[in-house]
Amino acid sequence: MTTPDARPARRAAGLAAHPRQGRARAWAALRAWLRPVLLIARREVQDQLRDWRILTPLLGLTLFFPLLANFTARRMVAYMEQFDAVLIAERLYPFLLLVVGFFPISISLVVALESFAGERERGTIEPLLAAPLSDAQLYVGKLLAVLVLPLAGSYLGLFSYAGTMMWRAGWRPDPLLLFVVWLLSTVQALVMVSGAVVVSTQATSVRGANLLASTIIIPVALLLQWESVLVFWRQFEVLWTVVAGLTVVSVLLVRMGLAHFNREGLLGRDLDLLDLGWAWRTYWRAVTGGARHPLEWYRGPVRDALRALRKPSALAAGLALAAFGLGAWWVARYPWPTLTLDAERLAALREHGMPSVAGWGPLNDLGSWRGWLGLWWHNLRAMLLLAFLSLFSFGVAGLLYLMVPFAILGGGLVLAQKVLGLGPGWYLLGFVLPHGSVEIPAILIFGGAVLRLGASLAAPARGQTLGAFWLRALGEWTRVMVGVVLPLLAVAAALEAYVSPRVAQWVLWRLMVGG
Amino acid sequence: MDGLGILAQGLGKQFDDFWAVREVHLRVPYGEVLALLGPNGAGKTTTLRMLTAVLRPTRGRAWVAGHSVRHRPQQVRAAVGVLTEQHGLYKRMTAAEYLRFFGQLYGLDEPRLSRQVDKWLRFFGLWPHRHRRVGGYSKGMRQKLALTRALLHEPRVLLLDEPTSAMDPASAYRVRAAIRELRSVERAIVVCTHNLAEAEQIADRIAILHRGRIAAVGTPEELKARLGPPEYEVVLGRPLNGALPDLPALVEITHLGPDRFRFRWTRGAGGQLNPLLLRGLLDQGWPVRALAPVPRSLEQVYLEVVGHDDA
Repeated sequence: MTTPDARPARRAAGLAAHPRQGRARAWAALRAWLRPVLLIARREVQDQLRDWRILTPLLGLTLFFPLLANFTARRMVAYMEQFDAVLIAERLYPFLLLVVGFFPISISLVVALESFAGERERGTIEPLLAAPLSDAQLYVGKLLAVLVLPLAGSYLGLFSYAGTMMWRAGWRPDPLLLFVVWLLSTVQALVMVSGAVVVSTQATSVRGANLLASTIIIPVALLLQWESVLVFWRQFEVLWTVVAGLTVVSVLLVRMGLAHFNREGLLGRDLDLLDLGWAWRTYWRAVTGGARHPLEWYRGPVRDALRALRKPSALAAGLALAAFGLGAWWVARYPWPTLTLDAERLAALREHGMPSVAGWGPLNDLGSWRGWLGLWWHNLRAMLLLAFLSLFSFGVAGLLYLMVPFAILGGGLVLAQKVLGLGPGWYLLGFVLPHGSVEIPAILIFGGAVLRLGASLAAPARGQTLGAFWLRALGEWTRVMVGVVLPLLAVAAALEAYVSPRVAQWVLWRLMVGG
Repeated sequence: MDGLGILAQGLGKQFDDFWAVREVHLRVPYGEVLALLGPNGAGKTTTLRMLTAVLRPTRGRAWVAGHSVRHRPQQVRAAVGVLTEQHGLYKRMTAAEYLRFFGQLYGLDEPRLSRQVDKWLRFFGLWPHRHRRVGGYSKGMRQKLALTRALLHEPRVLLLDEPTSAMDPASAYRVRAAIRELRSVERAIVVCTHNLAEAEQIADRIAILHRGRIAAVGTPEELKARLGPPEYEVVLGRPLNGALPDLPALVEITHLGPDRFRFRWTRGAGGQLNPLLLRGLLDQGWPVRALAPVPRSLEQVYLEVVGHDDA
């Protein structure tokens, strides 16, 4: 216990007066921060409760739809019973639970889309912006406000559907299933709302926000289809990973919304004009970085871009090592037959090359320029696809998929040892390093670049519009791709086409003769 | 900063490639009302938004109620009362609910909030309508309610954009009286208006903003002095019929009418020489019905500063 006399000494030593006092102060600060947040949320909820255009569909979806779903499910099961296919029909119960939970949430999209754009259009945003609120308080207040009613509707729908199904159809669901669907509805609402609020802060009008809503509707629709498949296939445990993934995405979306929340933009922008000239100039300036010729470009902007990628590329390297280890561990768990490489097998390899193993286009042409170009194009295509995926996942999906080849390499290492008795050193020398010494750095640089590109959406825009900020990030990404990754991949493909097969055959031959 | 409600030094704001405000220097002491005049697009609203810390200046510095708009925007917003160009009222709320919401956002405690709401609703005659939805209010009532919101937390700096634009004459009179009254309690007030007569009535000083710069600033009299030496008009008892009386060499005729002429003294103390001119006219047998200074309007000053085309 701290005595009163001890407090000045603690203060002099730069220590908190007392942990309990520190906690009390932190709690008071949190309450003071939350107060205006809750005021904004309360006012907006009150406003929604006075708008019949919001209440009518919400009540319909909350009260009527669960009963309809209940009726449909029971009819369906009764029909399927004629064909002894009750099991299939019963999968409908959790599927409809998912749908009943989702439908009221769809209203949140409408409300959230107009949260900022609507206020701006009605001219009510300026007094709010002039009030003593921080950006975060205003943003979080709005976010909470648009979540409350649809979530309440969703929970009520879930409760009434599950309750009536238990009562009328004798359904006895696993409590964990109910819990995961409840969680899923919550995080889906959070993802949709946080995405819609981001759109609303960036749109100049409600019409503009509605038109931009496809950026939320399309991914959520795809996600719902996937979730439906999981439910029909009774893969309920996978739903937990969906919940985890959506939680990460919603946190990133909130972070993105806060980073790009711009009071000036809310007051200043008037027109949604597609200015391709401006977009191209912004992008191109970011690509060239003001350099006048290639040498200057490499010495300045490209080197700067590579320097900026040190941390994300190091992260990609760490993940690659982890994936390598994971692949090795996973393969080591299973027993494998041993194989003795003899002259006949090696001759077959020599005669037919790798295609007899894979039968894949570029490998048929190893040792020729077609093989080289094919390998280069394959790697480039994969990287462009991963970059595209990264745009929708803040860089995470691209980076994770990029780890798959490293996991395969790790697995291959164990497999080569177990099946062929090939040591790790020979495995790396024969199958990985000849072209991997160039390709792996290219992949890690690319991994860092996609992570940076994706994460740039959640980074503060410093007074720029989201569009300008993103175009600049894309320009910097292009700088690294064109200046570093593509040339490295070209060299790696050449090595893979001309050098790697010879080294691999030499290693295999050496293994056969027992060297 | 002592005694200054607003101090702006070289304030400028750029949107993309366009400078909405180029360079604004302002000093508004407590107890003063400054009217900000200017044609549409001159940068008045942008200047007010920078002073409210809603927009971040691209260049320059400003302190409002002692706080830097750049470094302590939230403190600035807490110390300022703003009447925005658009009223910004929530139509589904009642007036009382609306004021309570903003009062709470500004951190007023319950007893003070109730007192302030009562006081200002009564002052603007909105008390009987406090439980009506704002959507049912007339334009003037909405304007008064928005003004009430700006005054609720008794701010030391008031920034009012067109405070009487939608009001009937009686309400406008009441608002102008309120602004004068508020000045007496040590507040710095900036009023943006297109109404020159109103500016002259309520403002201690007037600043004319033109193309993003303060083109003229001063008391109404100081601004009028920009028009040059005063003009006088002589009304004669009979038509001139092309003949002009003999006048002293220092007199410059500025306007000639059928039975009158206007003049100004090119040098000297001006009006002090008027008796001399009068005696000369009478001596020449011209009956003089009146000799008086020509009233100068703020409108003339305004047009001279911003130019007829821009105005």
